[in-house]
Parts: sequence; C-alpha cells; structure tokens
Amino acid sequence: MTQINDRQLMLGNEALARGLCESGCQMATAYPGTPASEILPAVAALKKSETLESLHVQWAVNEKVAFEIAYAASIAGQRSAVAMKQVGLNVASDPFMSAAYLGVKGGFLVISADDPGPHSSQTEQDSRLYAMSAKIPVLDPDSPEQARDMVDLGFRLSEQFEIPVMIRPTTRVCHARQDIQINKVIPGTVEANFEKNPGRWAATPKFRFKLHNELEAKLAGIASFEETAPVRLNPDTGKPSKAIVVAGVSAAHARDIVNELDVSDRVALYQVIQPYPLHTAFMDEILETHSDILVLEETTGIIEMQLARRDKVKGKQSGHVPRTGELLPEIMEAIIAEFCGTESRSSIMEPVPGRRPTLCAGCPHRASFFAIKRAAPKGIYTSDIGCYTLGMNLGAVDTVLCMGAAISQAAGFAHAYNDEKRPPIVATMGDSTFFHAGVPALIDAVVQKAPILLVILDNRTTAMTGNQPTPATGIDVLGEEVASVDIAKLVEGCGITYCKTVDPMDTKGFITHIKEAVAYTKENGPGVVISRSPCLLSMSKAQRMEQYQKVEVSDDCDGCGYCVSHFECPALVLDSDNERVDIDASLCSGCGVCVHVCPKGSIVPGLVN
Amino acid sequence: MNYQIVISGVGGQGVLFVTRLLAQACMDDNKRVLTSETHGMAQRGGTVISHLKVGTFSSPLIRPGNADLLVALKEENYPQHKGFLRDGGKAIVNAGEESVKGADLTPVDADAMALQDNNLHSTNLYMLGAALASVEVCSLERIKGQIEKVFSAKSDTVRANALLALETGYNHISKEL
Ligand code: SF4
Ligand code: SF4
Repeated sequence: MTQINDRQLMLGNEALARGLCESGCQMATAYPGTPASEILPAVAALKKSETLESLHVQWAVNEKVAFEIAYAASIAGQRSAVAMKQVGLNVASDPFMSAAYLGVKGGFLVISADDPGPHSSQTEQDSRLYAMSAKIPVLDPDSPEQARDMVDLGFRLSEQFEIPVMIRPTTRVCHARQDIQINKVIPGTVEANFEKNPGRWAATPKFRFKLHNELEAKLAGIASFEETAPVRLNPDTGKPSKAIVVAGVSAAHARDIVNELDVSDRVALYQVIQPYPLHTAFMDEILETHSDILVLEETTGIIEMQLARRDKVKGKQSGHVPRTGELLPEIMEAIIAEFCGTESRSSIMEPVPGRRPTLCAGCPHRASFFAIKRAAPKGIYTSDIGCYTLGMNLGAVDTVLCMGAAISQAAGFAHAYNDEKRPPIVATMGDSTFFHAGVPALIDAVVQKAPILLVILDNRTTAMTGNQPTPATGIDVLGEEVASVDIAKLVEGCGITYCKTVDPMDTKGFITHIKEAVAYTKENGPGVVISRSPCLLSMSKAQRMEQYQKVEVSDDCDGCGYCVSHFECPALVLDSDNERVDIDASLCSGCGVCVHVCPKGSIVPGLVN
Repeated sequence: MNYQIVISGVGGQGVLFVTRLLAQACMDDNKRVLTSETHGMAQRGGTVISHLKVGTFSSPLIRPGNADLLVALKEENYPQHKGFLRDGGKAIVNAGEESVKGADLTPVDADAMALQDNNLHSTNLYMLGAALASVEVCSLERIKGQIEKVFSAKSDTVRANALLALETGYNHISKEL
C-alpha cells in the first residue's frame, strides 16, 4: 500500500489513472494511442499494487468497443471510464453521441486526449468540439495534478446529472510529469445491478426526442454547477477593462506569463474548468464587466464560440490567435504582451528540422517493405497507422488515411482502375490495426472480389504506442493469460481463400511469395500474406542474440548509396565523402537482411558470429 | 532557486530516462518539479526533447530564451535547441573537443568516454554527470541514490556501469572548473 500524504512524481496519464483508483472506479477500458497510451497500464499497475479486486481493466479491440464495454458498467451502476486518443473518439463517436441521450447511472468518464501540434497524430482535432456536438460536458485539465482531481469531480458531475463526462487532456498534460500529493486509493464497492428500462436503454426515436429535451435541461443545470465554474486566478486586482480567459495547459502557461510580464494588475485572468457548457452566469458577468476579452485555448475556439460577442472577444475567430498548431507558451507570451501593451521577453524559435523518425535497425517491417517493392515495383502501396507508417521513408507507403483504411483504399483503387491499366495494389497493415478496423474492410473486398493483396505485418504487438498486446497475443494488460485469436483463421473467416504466413526475414523466399500472391490476386480477387516476425522491442536480449548475424561491408563498396536510400536502415551509414557505407555496430541488430539489399553484393555475412 | 533545463537527443538514447532520474532526484531534495516529455512516433529514432523545470512553475514548457542549461545527447541537437538558452545559459554537448563551437558551450565527448569504458549504453549518464557538475540543480549523491533505486533489480555490473558513467562525466567537468 502506498503511504498517504506522500508526494509522487507522476506522468499526467499516471495521474489520471491514480484519480480513477482514488475515486472507486470499477471498470477502465482503452485502446492505445499517443498521447493516451499510458493511462490504462497505470490503472492496471494500481490494480495489482493495491489489490483492487473489484476493478476490471482491459484493452479493447478498438475505441468503440472499449467505450461500449465501460458504458455498460456505468448503466449497471458502477463508476467506469474509457480512455483513448482524439482520433480514437472518431471511432467511438457513434456510442458517444447516443450515450449522451441515454445518460448514465454510475459515473462515466470519457478521457479523450488531444494532440495539438500534432506530435503523433493524423489531426489536431479538438475533442471538446465533439463534446459540444454530443452535448456532453467536458473538463479541461491544466496539469497532471488537476487531471487527477478532475476524475473525482467528473464522476460526481456525471452522477448528479446522469450524463457521460469528458475529460480532455492534451499532450502537454498527458506527457508532463509533476510531483503530486497522492490521496488514498478507494476500491469501488458497487454490485452490478442493471435495472431494466427499455424506454431509456433501448429508446426508439419517439423516446429519443424526449431524452433530447431532458439532455438540454441537464445542460442548463451543468452550466451552473458550482464546482466546475470558471476561477478568477488574480482575484485581488479589481475590475480592469481587459480580461484573459484561458483553459487547459494554456492556463498553466498563462499563470507564469502574466506573473513574469508583471501585468496582473492590468488584466483579469480567468481559468475555465469546463469549456462546455460554459457557465451562463460567467458569460453574462465577464461580457458585462470587461470590454476587451482575449481567449487562449487549444485547439479550436470553443470558449470563444460561446462568448458570442465579436466586438469584445479576441481569439482564433478574430485572427488574434493562431488557429492551427500548438499554442506554445512563447506564442502566448507575445499575444498577451501585445494585449497588455508591454514587451514579450521570450523569443520565438524558428523551427529547425530535426531528425525524422525511422523504423528500428532490424525491424521486420523494413524487410517486408523492401520485398514488396521488389516483388511489385510499379504497385500502389496503401498503408495504415503504426510504426510501419514509417515505410514512407522507403517509398513503400503511398497512402495513410486512418485506422483500417489501407484495405478499403486498396479496394477503391482496384475498382477505379480498369483491368488493363490496373497496377498491382498492395495494402500493408499491422496486426493490431487489422483487428481494430481492418476486418470489415477485408470482408467487403472479398464480397466485391477486389484484386488486391493485403500484407498483414504481424509482429505480435501494438508497437508504436509502447508494445501493448493485441487480441492475438494471449496476454492482457495485467500480464495475465487471456484467450487469443488466430489471425490466419480470422482472415479465412472473412472469406479469403488465399492466405499464407511467411517470414519476412527470409528475404528471397518472401519476395517469391509476394510475387506469387500478386499474380494470384490479379486473376482471383483478394489474397492475404501474413508477414510474421516479432517486433525487436518485444524480444528478450537472449532471443535477439540467438538470431544475431554479423554483417560486414566489403572493400567492393563504392558508396553508391542504394542501400541507404532504398533500405534506410539507420545502422547503414554512408561516409561524408560518399565513398563507402559502414555499419554502426551500436545500432545494428544483426538481422542480416541488408546482405540481400546491396545490388553489388558488397554487404556480406561476417565471419565471426 | 528555479532551474529550467532542456535535454534533447535522438529516440532510443535515453532522454526520458535521464529526465526522470533528474526530476526524481530534485524531488527527493524537496523541490517542486515539472517536466514535459516526447512520447510516440519521435521515439523511433526521431528528435526527442524533454523540458525539466525545478521550482515554482505552473507551465511544463520552457520558452525559448529562458533555459539555464541545454544537455544535447547528440551534437546535432545543439543547433536545433540552442534557442532555448537564456543569456548566460550553458550547453553541455556530446561532441569531440574541436567539433562544435558556440558561446557558453562545453563539449563533452561522452561517446568516446563510453567507448573507452566499454559502457556504450550509458552515454546518457556521462552527459547527466557532466550536467550536474555544470549547474547546481541537485547533488551528485541524490542522483546516485536514484540510480541505486532504479537499477536495484539489475545486476551489480549494470549498476556499477551506470555509476561509473555518472561519476566520470561529473569529474570531467569539475576537473576543468
Ligand atoms: S518498435 Fe518494433 S515495429 Fe516499431 S520500428 Fe521498432 S522493431 Fe519495428
Ligand atoms: S544487419 Fe544490416 S539491415 Fe540488419 S540491422 Fe544490421 S545493418 Fe541494418
């Protein structure tokens, strides 16, 4: 047991997990995605260390499923939560919208982590806009500590109004680390008790209309819920004509900036805790008290939108604040300084391009991509979300839209081209993504006989987000054994008749298999190759040593750079005079694949293993 | 005293590890700490940066022109992130003596030290040692204590190598001063 009155250094995501366990949460579900991935493992760790037997923790196959599982616990009376990244909410949006109408019993939190920047996402979308669209209240934490505190607050708000509540942290909250005063962990004790009420839980459109009216009434109440009301951060400085309204991590930045610029006596600084619905009394008051109001928030102007007075309010709509990208504190400082008639002290840094991310040295995906390009050189390569998106660096990824789209886009291309002009179409998708959203698309391809090859990059893990298990792994978030689903059987169950499992590290064999498969699909409709080789990060040192193959570059190497540009292994380094390639032994994992890459055969197996 | 420290490198070098070690050690010194870390795609060999703020801050990010210290685990990170330094701020850069130039820059050839000690996986700790000798953000003893704790489950060799790296980096700078 942890001691109480203890301070602990915690990642924002760990703080959210802590909050769940300090509030008697009985079910937590998630699908991994940056920046939300660490929430669920932290809940699982607390379940183990604090022996929280009444708490069910699980990864789900996707965000929609995760949502629906946790939501059911709530309507059975228990506190529950689902966590995801912002684009995951797109996947879960169907139940999200509907659950707003039906409402909840036990407190129900939807944690949707946004990624302004974006640092590791397809979009900069603002989950708060989703909350607004669904008519669900949303809380916007400014720090790990506040995120933790908002869990209990959110549960109480949710229970009082019988409504799902969203907590919307951003990357700078999820991946901030702060020393936090921890509270006691409280195990949930509610026995599941689902009270049947089809008029509500299975509401037909007629009832839905009634529920919609009730939802509006709830929102009116929530807009005056005292505990989530905006806070004046500098209450002693009277009623200046200028006001700054901030929320989320922008509030954390603003506190420091206003202090450092020494403008606290010139502006009223308000922090909004609940950006939607904005408190009615607050709106009336600030619009009456102040004539010049600046709103700083990420990423869309949600608060600004509700403070509907163009003559008084400055923000994203008015063009005073950038509408895209992260609202960095230096940008805020410049805006605040100008607003208060003073000088900014920080500089704005010209972004210097950094190093681009790349697949690990020895990653099996690189071997798969290399073989696919060899086997189908003029192909269209649709791909998907995961480490393997980085296949782009090898020219083996032409499209990335969203989870699962590689298959449907491949099918779309296949149908769009006529039989004579159609190039080979090869979709690549990771195992976790295939389970998440690939299955329905594959069924569709089977039904439509789309002439496409799907290569499932089966590395037995969800690598990009930190090696979480997939439904095939057979291990859950607690590290315990669970059932596992066989990918080949699943593929066959979708109606695929051509499905082969091949090792991509056997370069020659793999190329032959891909060629065969491409020829097959041209005539017969969709086929699948399961490219199976584990992610290096989920292998033990001993396993890696076992397959280690020393490679050397012979004196024949003339520095043509082919391997560097077409294979892009970070361990292959071209010297500065472009004279030869060397192997960086500290990076090389000894996969041996590059031996087959050099067109001149200058990369050779080393003598000593 | 408040400190603002930027630590940057390339995914896989242990930027996060060093940040956490330093943050935890400062916390053990009864200081308030706040960090901001890079997770996700950049961790696959891309540029990784951590902000560490010790003292009375509420924002987790360091604004350009405000950092007291930049620790660059790769030479290429120096030009990329030197803009964070305030006037008079210091940069500790993993590079050979002659290769990089800049005001307030101290090159520390951590790669060479690690190679010499056959301690390749501890490059980040040589740099941390050097950083500790450059700003008094927390004592060497605190960090040692943290290393003992974090590596408690690891072999004696792993722990000894980590401590060796830390001390070698530290002594390299304190000798010069
Ligand atoms: S983490 Fe695994 S899947 Fe991702 S690039 Fe590295 S080896 Fe490949
Ligand atoms: S063997 Fe070749 S391809 Fe494999 S990791 Fe080493 S350098 Fe890279």
